[in-house]
Amino acid sequence: MLIPFSWLSQYVDITLDPDELAHRLTMGGIEVGDVFTRGDWSGCVVGYVRATRPHPNADTLTLCEVDPGDGPALEVVCGAPNVAAGQKICFARPGVTLMNMHSGRREELKPATIRGVVSEGMICSEAELEISDEHEGIIVLPDDAVVGAPLDEVLGDTFLELELTPNRGDCLSILGVAREIGAITGQPVRVPEIGYAETDIGVDTLAMVTIEDPELCQRYTASVITGISIGPSPQWLQERLNRAGLRPINNVVDVTNYVMLEFNQPLHAFDLDAVADHHVVVRRAVDGEEFTTLDGVSRKLSPDNLLIADPAQAIGIGGVMGGANSEITANTTNMLLESATFHPLNNRRTSTDLNLRTEASLRFEKGLRPELAPIALRRATQLILETSGGQAAAGIIDVFPGAETEVPAVPLTVSRLRQVLGMDLDIARAETVLASLGITTRRTAPDSLEADPPYWRSDIAIEEDLIEEVIRIIGYDEVPTTMLSSPIPYHRPNEMTALKDGLRDALSAAGMEETISYPLVSAEDLDRLSVNGEVAGDSQVLRVTNPMSTEQDIMRPTLAASILNTLAYNRGHNDGGFRLFELGRAFLPQTTGLPIEQEIAAGVMSGPRHDANWLSSSEPLDFFDLSGTLATALGRVGIATSLESYDGAMFHPGRCARILAVAGPGAGVGVIGELHPDIREAFDLGTDPVVYFEVRLDDLLQAGPDAGRFESLSRFPAANRDLALVVPTDVPAARVRGLIERVRLVERAELFDVYTGENLPEGTRSLAFRIRFRAADRTLTAEDVNRAVNGLTRALEREAGATVRE
Amino acid sequence: MPDALSVESINQLTRDALDELNSIGESAGAEEWRVAYLGRRGKLTGLLRSLPQLEPDQRREVGSEANQAKNALEEALARRTREIAQAALASQDALDVTLPGRPVVTGRLHPTTQIVREICTAFMAMGFSVVEGPEVELDHYNFEMLNIPAGHPARDMWNSLWVDYVNEDGQQPMLLRTHTSPMQARVMEAQDPPVRVVVPGKCYRYEATDATHEWHFYQVEGLAVAEGITFADLKGTLYEFARRLFGEDRQIRFRCDYFPFVEPGVDMSISNFVDPDTGRRPINRDEDWIEIMGAGMVHPRVLEGVGYDPQRYTGFAFGMGPERIGMLKYGIDDIRHFYRNDVRFLRQF
Repeated sequence: MLIPFSWLSQYVDITLDPDELAHRLTMGGIEVGDVFTRGDWSGCVVGYVRATRPHPNADTLTLCEVDPGDGPALEVVCGAPNVAAGQKICFARPGVTLMNMHSGRREELKPATIRGVVSEGMICSEAELEISDEHEGIIVLPDDAVVGAPLDEVLGDTFLELELTPNRGDCLSILGVAREIGAITGQPVRVPEIGYAETDIGVDTLAMVTIEDPELCQRYTASVITGISIGPSPQWLQERLNRAGLRPINNVVDVTNYVMLEFNQPLHAFDLDAVADHHVVVRRAVDGEEFTTLDGVSRKLSPDNLLIADPAQAIGIGGVMGGANSEITANTTNMLLESATFHPLNNRRTSTDLNLRTEASLRFEKGLRPELAPIALRRATQLILETSGGQAAAGIIDVFPGAETEVPAVPLTVSRLRQVLGMDLDIARAETVLASLGITTRRTAPDSLEADPPYWRSDIAIEEDLIEEVIRIIGYDEVPTTMLSSPIPYHRPNEMTALKDGLRDALSAAGMEETISYPLVSAEDLDRLSVNGEVAGDSQVLRVTNPMSTEQDIMRPTLAASILNTLAYNRGHNDGGFRLFELGRAFLPQTTGLPIEQEIAAGVMSGPRHDANWLSSSEPLDFFDLSGTLATALGRVGIATSLESYDGAMFHPGRCARILAVAGPGAGVGVIGELHPDIREAFDLGTDPVVYFEVRLDDLLQAGPDAGRFESLSRFPAANRDLALVVPTDVPAARVRGLIERVRLVERAELFDVYTGENLPEGTRSLAFRIRFRAADRTLTAEDVNRAVNGLTRALEREAGATVRE
Repeated sequence: MPDALSVESINQLTRDALDELNSIGESAGAEEWRVAYLGRRGKLTGLLRSLPQLEPDQRREVGSEANQAKNALEEALARRTREIAQAALASQDALDVTLPGRPVVTGRLHPTTQIVREICTAFMAMGFSVVEGPEVELDHYNFEMLNIPAGHPARDMWNSLWVDYVNEDGQQPMLLRTHTSPMQARVMEAQDPPVRVVVPGKCYRYEATDATHEWHFYQVEGLAVAEGITFADLKGTLYEFARRLFGEDRQIRFRCDYFPFVEPGVDMSISNFVDPDTGRRPINRDEDWIEIMGAGMVHPRVLEGVGYDPQRYTGFAFGMGPERIGMLKYGIDDIRHFYRNDVRFLRQF
């Protein structure tokens, strides 16, 4: 909403400088996004075109004799088609700084010879003055402009650009803003006097209105004006609309727009002779009814749409747009002026469904009070009589089915003010503030009052609304600053949040970098995760109806695509190995209701293990980098895991494992592996192995993260033995280690060498363990250890076919 | 036959021994020297052996001299041994200490995680608990329960991404939550007052992106409801928060703003005045006040909706964007950096 000071100051004296005013409005809830001044055309004056004659050397140019007001007339070359003798125009002499339309920069105007004629200045268009982009024609000033007057005084103005919240529709009008300024600065507000002469003919004899649906049309007022002549509006009216950002159309339509901007009430003018029987019927559309709005578009309607009609046909969509069949034309002589109150929700629905958001619907959807309709109607009737001639019939039509509904008064008590704000506020002070906003109040008790919201405000319904009115004008600085003194609620432990925080810390401490990505992916992303046409994720996915782009229309059923895309992006922009993880949600649709939002931790590694360095060679990161990191991180949050060979769809055959947690579900808590080369290629991830894990956090919670339990420390020394075992290749190392650690006195066993090759029987490999023995109650003798080793080798031979390598 | 035992002969022996010791460069030589002078058959030991043959008065003088000599030689030996060892270490290969160290891999948390934690920690210190909620939300919680019924013009404030799902009534009831505020109703439905929670989480809006707008972003919501909670408490709580995140001298300011689920509704700014000592602003933006969050007193209709008596209970709510806070704290110029996940960005925090 654009508010020109020139118009605003008609209703209220502006006693603050524009920036301070903007600040005060903003603090009070009317946000001023921008304050700007139009003008600064120093040296430009109002000129008068005394005479014109054609340019001798160019058909499209005119030579103008311009009176600059302070000296002899000057000869000026002008290329605008609309220049004519007798016009007051914007005249710029050489030396003045203006927008140069050729260079696109502000430059000093230089004397110029145009097609052999010296031009002693320029007649400006809006573009040269930076008012708009319009430079086809010159600006023609009002006839009463004083020749020689500085242009700043005539065209200069200051504007407030408002960024209104939806509750303050009243400030979609200049008067609304004036009232707000009045309350802030204590200046009185001047509401225009409304009054006009009427003929003896009663309006009821000329037209009739029937409301068939009082729910959707609470009030319909109308006046009838006969004998008007349609033409352009007077210049003052055009100028005001222009400055407020609306294009002038004709003297009737301009008045309806003017009064809308003044009072906030949209109005519509019908050509009375186009209304059958001069009878307006407000009704719902018939299903499928077609109607051509005055923008020339034919629209198909439903009973959800409210129509303004005559007995024969529709003539307008109520509160949205009028019809082409009944609009004011150059030939209109009799008109019916509508000022009505439509249902805000229905109005919004219609304008949304028809994709027809208009200045009218913008206001109706926020809710207008029915009291406003006749006020605006009379104001507009008055102005139409002034601008278009004609006579107004006596009285107005006022069909008001909602007349009985009283607007309830809103209470305000000192005790509630204290309860909500935490400060003591005198009731008299509240009264003063409310009065400054035009809200009338009555004392109902020494410490309480009742307020009547004024007809221009539809956002004050409850006590808290009044409290806000009071404090927003007083200012929130006056409210004291205190600390919460109510009891602190019990801090309910949140296991999932704690696990996520712990995992983030553990994974990052173990060298992985956290990423956070958009959870929307594309069908192509999910296709890329498939091998041989077999899709890894769930085939049921959750889609978004109106995605930001087709590349982001599916709520991800897995984190894999997100993190692989992140890896691909980074490979394209950065060198080096990547260790990335993300904690986020996968979305699994249900047949009804909200989807399951599965908390997932996923991670990926690829590229050289280290940046190039002089101490170690840079082998590519592999499965064991990731499995070691993950085991460490999970261990850090108290979850011991093991891996079990598994054939995962996304993975390189034979290089994938299920992640098992001791107390977790049998199917495991996640999966880890080297990506299948097809997927690696599909995501364009180069030739190094890409290793990936995904862990389901609710399964981890089920595995019961262990905060740790104290075990007493043995005072007695440990004994170490190294043992190389020859084991059939198909026996997993973890099983051998498990067998060893099951043996009494064994504290732990660490695998320190794996060997396959010469000197070993076919189908076997050598696994070497360093085994630590310890007893809690004594120092072990060599014999103790030997006995334990013997028992251990027998068990290994029996259970795993392992023999001690000699 | 050793020289005759006298003070003079002891001094002479000491001088000779020290000269010899100083010319020794290896630890083996030092050991030989020790044996030669201080050993059982060493020269000084030999001299001392004839001490009993002296007259008693002479014996005392010479004996004392001999003990001093012995101590001096032992000390000199110890010193020389250390020097030799030190020289031996120094002769080994010296390191080029400027060579890069052995690489250690370290990870880090996403900046959003860090800021969200910082925010939540500040409120936890004031008795708030952290709760989380669904990202795919029902219209009911995202709007209706927040006093934003269908058709309310305020819905324009939250352009939504709708989930492609139609229920039996032909409605499309699911969307990606446009704010974390739906958790206000969910939390209050699940418990009686007093309530004090913060809700971090992802939100989504159907909105064009630019340097300050993302369609996918985080919010941290806060809610405190109990008997006796006032706007003054809101001010105090957010003042503490602002000081904790932005420093002790931070001032806060409120202006009237509108959110349908609070009344009165406000927007909070933090001060950013030029420091007279440095001539700089604490936050690199040419504004005295910077808006960082919306807030207000919980609307009575929201309380009624969850079955709280709005005459008895009052409360406040607030909501802020951690990305914006991070951008202010770290001087990040474009919000789109956050979820592009370029490691060059991530590694700066």
